[in-house]
Amino acid sequence: MKTFVGIDLGSTTTKAVLLDEEGEVLGRGITNSRSNYKTAASVAGQEAAIDARFVLFRREFAGETSDLVEDFLNDLERSFRLEQFLEQVEDLQETCSGNVAGERFAGREAATRDAIGEIFIRLRAGASELFARGAKRKSDFFRDIAGSRYLTIAEDVAHESGIPYDMLLNVYDKSIIEVENRPPAGGMADKFRRALDRVVAETPEYEAGSRDMHEPVERALGIELEESYLVGTGYGRVTLPFSKDHIRSEILCHGLGAHMMFPDTRTVLDIGGQDTKGIQVDNRGIVDNFQMNDRCAAGCGRYLGYIADEMNMGLHELGPMAMKSDRPARINSTCTVFAGAELRDRLALGEKREDILAGLHRAIILRAMSILSRSGGVSDQFTFTGGVAKNDAAVRELKKLIFENYGEVTINIDPNSIYTGALGASEFARRAHAEGGTA
Amino acid sequence: MTTTAKRPDPKDALKDASMVKQKDMMAGHYERLSRVEETGEGKVAATFVPGNLNELIMCFDLVNNLPEVNAIQSGLRKQSGGYVMDAEKAGHSEDVCTYVKSDIGMMARGNIGPHGKKLPDPNVLLLSYTGCFTFMKWFELLREQYNCETIMLHTPYTGDGKITRNMIEYMVKQLKEQVIPTLERVSGVKFDIDRLREYLKKSAQAEDDLVWVLQSAKNKPSPIDAYFGGIYYIGPIFGAFRGTDDAIDYYRFLREEVEDRVAKGLGPVTPDGDMGEEKYRLVTEGPPNYTNFRQFWKMFYDEGAVVVASSYTKVGGVYDLGFRHDPDKPLETPAEYCLGGYTNRSLPQRVDMLANYINEYEADGLLVNSIKSCNSFSAGQLLIMREVEKRTGKPAAFVETDLVDPRYFSAANVKNRLESYFQMIDQKRSGQRIKGAA
Repeated sequence: MKTFVGIDLGSTTTKAVLLDEEGEVLGRGITNSRSNYKTAASVAGQEAAIDARFVLFRREFAGETSDLVEDFLNDLERSFRLEQFLEQVEDLQETCSGNVAGERFAGREAATRDAIGEIFIRLRAGASELFARGAKRKSDFFRDIAGSRYLTIAEDVAHESGIPYDMLLNVYDKSIIEVENRPPAGGMADKFRRALDRVVAETPEYEAGSRDMHEPVERALGIELEESYLVGTGYGRVTLPFSKDHIRSEILCHGLGAHMMFPDTRTVLDIGGQDTKGIQVDNRGIVDNFQMNDRCAAGCGRYLGYIADEMNMGLHELGPMAMKSDRPARINSTCTVFAGAELRDRLALGEKREDILAGLHRAIILRAMSILSRSGGVSDQFTFTGGVAKNDAAVRELKKLIFENYGEVTINIDPNSIYTGALGASEFARRAHAEGGTA
Repeated sequence: MTTTAKRPDPKDALKDASMVKQKDMMAGHYERLSRVEETGEGKVAATFVPGNLNELIMCFDLVNNLPEVNAIQSGLRKQSGGYVMDAEKAGHSEDVCTYVKSDIGMMARGNIGPHGKKLPDPNVLLLSYTGCFTFMKWFELLREQYNCETIMLHTPYTGDGKITRNMIEYMVKQLKEQVIPTLERVSGVKFDIDRLREYLKKSAQAEDDLVWVLQSAKNKPSPIDAYFGGIYYIGPIFGAFRGTDDAIDYYRFLREEVEDRVAKGLGPVTPDGDMGEEKYRLVTEGPPNYTNFRQFWKMFYDEGAVVVASSYTKVGGVYDLGFRHDPDKPLETPAEYCLGGYTNRSLPQRVDMLANYINEYEADGLLVNSIKSCNSFSAGQLLIMREVEKRTGKPAAFVETDLVDPRYFSAANVKNRLESYFQMIDQKRSGQRIKGAA
């Protein structure tokens, strides 16, 4: 079947959306941009294709929405993710062993390799737990999941084996970059098959009676996803080997994407990794006006990233902590460079972490409000997109400030708002194809 | 991320004959300045482009040295970044006009001009345009440095959009009582009003040809780029050549060159040769960026965007709206000239001018280049943009750079906005086509 791909190469994450000929979303994929847009684009594209398979599986069950089918598909996805994870763990282990070389390891190569082998034995042993039903993961990126496990296990292993922890850390740091920057392995269908076999083995009830889960899965796997047209957008777009016909500005893509999600959108705010954009669109999703931050990325998503690092917290934990505050600190600077200093300063003054965080979220939104007003203000309806739209504390401040400045306005946030740019790009791809463009 | 890995080499930029001639003139003037002491040709007056009274200065055998132009040249030659940092080390804040800091930094390093030779100390500072408050502060610093005579010709702001009789009389009085006597004293040359008339006559002649050239952009395709190319065109007349035979020759030569391009249906010459198909016609507001001038320009011509009219090419005189230096009013005419400069105009006047440009030059919209360190230009720019948008119904966009501080030029950011703007124009056009078809 024909598919249309939109890829949004952000500074932090790279997103892909796959559309079918009717303009329905088939799949979404996301990965960290890892300063390597080419690999990131290919990983995100592949992730979207994987996601699309699940839509196709669902279609094979012809809209059957029984608990059994739901549970089966969920199990299949978890099992598939585990397959993927184990494959990458394998690669990481080999790479780590290969990187035990040089002066630093002189005379201790074998012992270090043994220690690494032990780390990976334990990492594998805990893998299925990571992907068990109901298991919570702080991130879906391999770097984060494998990394946090490796570091925890390595501490124990270092202690037991006498190999210094920093040596084990050094090997990992070097290797994870190599692993991440390798283009993803193919053979998706086989991974699905292995995943399916595991699911059926673990839960034979799925194939109770004469029910055969293999058949619909095989049918769906048999559908070829033909990439009919691709459009790239985002910060890294010019680095890709795309011709001009395959590149659209992220501002246009965000405008169109927001319009597709909420057709009555007139104002869009996108807070991404290093850009904050205020966009005004008309009733067709065409951009009327826009403003964005200048080269200074103060108050953008990256800022929250630095704060999270500084506080030794996950990015996703910042919002919930800030939500606990009822007395936000007053913070004027959202300078990313001084983010750490600002934070330590406040902590030293004895302010509570949640109050500081709440203040930081407010400061970010204040900056966004200024960009919005410069772009022409806020008109009903208002759609908030980008990674920061997932942060409840930011959303809370935004709602407050929009109401104070513009009164009652419908505020839309799609759970998939991070894909807005990629969605717009995929629609541009679909249109370009309809107008006779070729991939 | 950078958009172009290769640093543009000015040597391999393509230029048309008039650009080469212009460069020679500017280089000649720097040589003249450097040799002024040894040749005994005269004394030096430092002054600014807006309100530049070159005809009057020449009446006293003074040679004109323009600190802003020095800063621009330092920017184009990638020297301003170091100068700006030196000035900051010396205590000038990050927010101060970067022309000033480039100038201060250059002085601190021995006042070696952009041509690699020492520039002479000024004998007099002539401040004849006061709409930019920073200019006053700048000259205070220069006065401190050189300890020389300073003349201030106060130019009233035309806040009501009109030049009144009163304003002109006020300025003529200053000319008679302050400016001319001081210039006589500094130079030792007696003022001769007929000599001034003669220069003014020459000015008007060159001004006619300049206007013709600027208005040639009404053709489709436009034979010139009225912003990036326009910078070359205004050089002589905004600088030390207005009122000279050299300027008359240059503008005649330029006009013939442009006439030829119009006859052949050619677009503008860019540093990479003839521009391809003209896809977007823009009006620009604000100065350009000088540290990445060619890279900035390339972002336009690579996309087929040509600037058909700009406000920046009017900072040293809004000739296209009718003003000419008039030898019959030798003292009133410099006053009117100073009063009518672009940045001395009220915001409604600027809006009128830009909206009219969009209509008269059949442009696709307005692009504002907002300068980080120039309050004189930037104040009110967003309002100007909104108003022009509203009046013309054409889309506008906003980019942010700086004059000569390379730290404020973010190529990826600027390119992102420009490309978005061009695609926005495309989308609007196809939207209109769909509407039209329906």
